[in-house]
Amino acid sequence: MQEIAMTILDIAQNSIRACAKLIQIVIRDSHKDNIIHIECLDDGCGMDDKTLQKVTDPFYTTRTTRQIGLGIPMFKESVEATGGWFSIESQKGVGTKIIGEYVKNHLDTPPMGNIAETLITLIQYDDHIDYVFQYICDDFEWVLNTKEIKDILDGVPINQPDIILWLKDYIKEGMQK
Amino acid sequence: MKSLEELKRIRDQAKERMTMRENGDHDYRVVVGMATCGIAAGARPVLNTLVEEVAREHLPVTVMQTGCIGMCALEPIVEVFDKDNHKTTYVLVDTKKAKDIVLRHLMHGEVIEEYTVGHYSK
Repeated sequence: MQEIAMTILDIAQNSIRACAKLIQIVIRDSHKDNIIHIECLDDGCGMDDKTLQKVTDPFYTTRTTRQIGLGIPMFKESVEATGGWFSIESQKGVGTKIIGEYVKNHLDTPPMGNIAETLITLIQYDDHIDYVFQYICDDFEWVLNTKEIKDILDGVPINQPDIILWLKDYIKEGMQK
Repeated sequence: MKSLEELKRIRDQAKERMTMRENGDHDYRVVVGMATCGIAAGARPVLNTLVEEVAREHLPVTVMQTGCIGMCALEPIVEVFDKDNHKTTYVLVDTKKAKDIVLRHLMHGEVIEEYTVGHYSK
């Protein structure tokens, strides 16, 4: 993946497929600590221990359209190549939590990329899924909670094209404060 | 600055349009493959271009996402379903092709032969 934002999209798609109703995404981007910390937490169906042990294996997948699953193994390899760390915890019926932490100034750390595009892509998928997105850097913190946006929308689906376009600029601006 | 006031305006316009047009009254359904293979090949900007163009032209089109379609080497893949559920599969789509698909297929009903999977597998 060329961007961290694309990796986040890929990892969060797993949460969608696990029928999550609430997906929390945290990005902590710190010069001070020299890390880019990515967290994805969902309340989806979760995995049992046996499955959990296999998900970092590229030759494991639950899908039937092809026989390999690269999303999680690529994320793990990508953070570890920078000297960072990866962890995955899951509990059947409760949810899954994935953390990857890059060493920010490492040569192999991908650029952050377009987070706004990633988020609107996720939100566009299904208006029944809620997201809490938290962006933390050394100077400020910004939070987007789709539940709050939906309160304003008063029944109009959040994934209508016009609203998705507004959200894209709103996220872009929020992350530049 | 994007304000919440602006969001309220967009909401009210959307409500107006929803009462004008019955839900489900859509000419086309557009599906973009958005698994690891699609994302790595550039499906995200393709999806967002489609959403943007559909919004700008106010087209009666639903844009949706799906997982791996099964031809990873030909991603990004965009499937267009018409009212009768006839499917056209476009492969190796980029943002330029996505704009063409909106203009020529979704707005004027023309199948763009040279972008289809049939053209590539020949």
